[in-house]
Amino acid sequence: MSQPEHSAGTAPNAADPAREALLGDLARVLPAAALLSAAEDLKPYECDGLTAYRALPWAVALPQNEEQVVAVLKVCHARQVPVVARGAGTGLSGGATPVVQGVVLSLAKFMRILEIDPLARLARVQPGVRNQAISEAVAPFGLYYAPDPSSQIACTIGGNVAENSGGVHCLKYGLTLHNVLKLRVAMMNGEIIEIGSHALDDPGYDLLALMIGSEGMLGVVLEATVKLTPKPRTAQVVMASFDSVIEAGNAVAAIIAAGIIPAGLEMMDKLATAAVEDFVHAGYDLEAAAILLAESDGTAEEVAEEIATMSTLLENNGARQLRISQSEAERLKYWAGRKAAFPAVGRITPDYLCMDGTIPRKHLSHVLTRIAELSAEFHLRCANVFHAGDGNLHPLIMFDARNPGETERAIAFGAKILELSVDVGGTITGEHGVGIEKVKQMCVQFSREELDAFHAVKAAFDPLTLLNPGKAVPYPRHCSEYRLTGSAR
Amino acid sequence: MSDRIEDFRLRILERKPLRLKGGGSKDFYGGPLAGEVLDTRGYSGIVGYEPTELVITARAGTPLAEVESALATRRQVLACEPPHFGNATIGGAVAAGLSGPRRAVAGSLRDYVLGVKLMDGEGRELNFGGQVMKNVAGFDVSRLVTGSLGTLGLILEVSLKVMPQPVAQATLRFEMPQHRALDALNGWGGQPVPLAASCWQDDVLTLRLSGAQAAVTAACEKLGGERVAEVEAAGFWTALREQTAAFFAGNAPLWRLSVPSVAPPLDLPGAQLIEWGGAQRWLRGAIDVGQLRETAARVGGHATLFRGGDKTGGVFAPLSPALMEVHRRLKQSFDPYGVFNPGRLYSEF
Repeated sequence: MSQPEHSAGTAPNAADPAREALLGDLARVLPAAALLSAAEDLKPYECDGLTAYRALPWAVALPQNEEQVVAVLKVCHARQVPVVARGAGTGLSGGATPVVQGVVLSLAKFMRILEIDPLARLARVQPGVRNQAISEAVAPFGLYYAPDPSSQIACTIGGNVAENSGGVHCLKYGLTLHNVLKLRVAMMNGEIIEIGSHALDDPGYDLLALMIGSEGMLGVVLEATVKLTPKPRTAQVVMASFDSVIEAGNAVAAIIAAGIIPAGLEMMDKLATAAVEDFVHAGYDLEAAAILLAESDGTAEEVAEEIATMSTLLENNGARQLRISQSEAERLKYWAGRKAAFPAVGRITPDYLCMDGTIPRKHLSHVLTRIAELSAEFHLRCANVFHAGDGNLHPLIMFDARNPGETERAIAFGAKILELSVDVGGTITGEHGVGIEKVKQMCVQFSREELDAFHAVKAAFDPLTLLNPGKAVPYPRHCSEYRLTGSAR
Repeated sequence: MSDRIEDFRLRILERKPLRLKGGGSKDFYGGPLAGEVLDTRGYSGIVGYEPTELVITARAGTPLAEVESALATRRQVLACEPPHFGNATIGGAVAAGLSGPRRAVAGSLRDYVLGVKLMDGEGRELNFGGQVMKNVAGFDVSRLVTGSLGTLGLILEVSLKVMPQPVAQATLRFEMPQHRALDALNGWGGQPVPLAASCWQDDVLTLRLSGAQAAVTAACEKLGGERVAEVEAAGFWTALREQTAAFFAGNAPLWRLSVPSVAPPLDLPGAQLIEWGGAQRWLRGAIDVGQLRETAARVGGHATLFRGGDKTGGVFAPLSPALMEVHRRLKQSFDPYGVFNPGRLYSEF
């Protein structure tokens, strides 16, 4: 996938004395190979998964141990140079976009699983360990790490903590927030704190909740202890298709009202289904207005009971086709399309923007109707992928950056969708984070006083505002600019 | 209701210490009470309940019992089972952040908090989080407020995620010494067994299973033990949740040790009752606070003087200087004039 360059960063000025002094200090605390400063070495770090925004930092630090992380932070703290921590760079909101005249602190070398305690059902890992690597390492014990963002092959646990990542199974198993027990964190001044514990709580304020989802603005994760979950014995998925989005939404409500929390509950609209079917050939119903995937997991008896109930409810709510996976291979095939929805859409358009609002599900048909209207208004196609169980909607706005003005149109379309999410009582971001992408729309969701409170929270950890500055929480001037453009309400 | 909000604001703007109070059911909990009472019970009522969205929103002064009754009409529950201790309000429950017997499996109250409306020390109404399950816009202040004992502001309204009532339940009883009970609980915890709660006391382990009918039936067969009749079982778990069981009676200090579930039996004087699969251990008696704190810390946990006893040694385990500094700054930013529940969490603020 390629995305447009929205704001190109300037190349670092080699003659800048502040930069030279910083590089000198960093060279004293890092091995030569752990410090990148040549333009060609900095280039791979200019953006994360949100490639529309790019910037070249002054330097990239690749520390190999905790002492080096602390030393880098202390150098930057003393020189008041901003620091942006980075894991695998798979984030979708520009949370790891470098700050010009700042340092990118890559945790890529922190790849060790430090401890697995199968009896206590926990693993202590370094921040650069990949999400899926945890599940692979603990599989011999019949355990796994439950949160499963679609990028789980590549994304790291440090990044998951920063974004409070979800996944298709989080309705039943929770978000990162519900699955992390303890963090070892370096603050911007180099001081190390431990938050949470291997017990189920710790005294004082719940700083763990604050740290998880803080988009790298409060501290740098040095270690995380995650909770491990017993692997369900078996899982099965029902695939149902509907003639209308309203019927599909009603079916979801009926399943929840019946007291079932499915392991996964996902919806795709017609355009998304078509893109995905062409990519994975899972046998989706291409005539349907919406496809629902409802998964049950547990013991064989539990799954049989739940699948039967869900099938009846889906039929009663107008499912035109119903298929139940008959093997593990078939189950994975049904899921393959959903999990590959973003790349599948990437194949049918030169560029796309992925939105991430959460809405109360009862407003789904209103929101989708409005998105269709906006799609016509902006002359841009939009496919919709929906975590139906928890209301998290991913409209994928398709465009071609080579056409003049189309990028701006796509961004404006996206902004309208975010505002719509807030209007119906939802949020601008369910799981991708605010980052740099949605920072202006924070002005729509929060009042000046609430944003002030967020800045105060940041200042409690990072009084000089050096960690990932300018992300996630807008300054008052951002909001007045945004309101002036007339884009906000 | 808006005049209530104005009353609250005027009280707060006087900048004198306030003791935030709902039902007063947890007056015993935390540091010494200080300040003039601000009673939230006039600000009451369920604002919204969407059973198919799994969300309920209620004003702070709403009795917890009222919230749970509303949920019961749609066969839903607060899965973390916060205690009522008499007449708790939902605001007080969130401020205290306490969870009941199902906590180890179902998660804590904080895990179910989706949003709060808060009035800060400047009398400003602030909304954090919301009514949706996935929301990463802004720092997670609604969960920071959970369990902060009212020290960061006056909770006006809370939104909580709710869960379906389990379809089937069963309670089993086993004769088992403590070390074997801890081994068994941790072993079962790693298997797909529908555990809901556990309680060990006087060499008897009581286990509650809940989930799909098929899963509960299969687990009963697998685990064995003696099946406890439904009515007796319901009474047992309620007495545990509400601390009306015999273990909690009397005036002897009640200590709560929060430790890793795999921590071995703790060599401490006094009677013990163990919940949460081994992760919550209750002790009765005038035990030396230093000895308790040290023992808990050695296994990676902490000790709280939960009820009664001498509070001069602090109720909660002390924080490291770096953490205390972060706490102070957070307190300062939400409550710059030190209005809310001074000293209730730590004597430092």
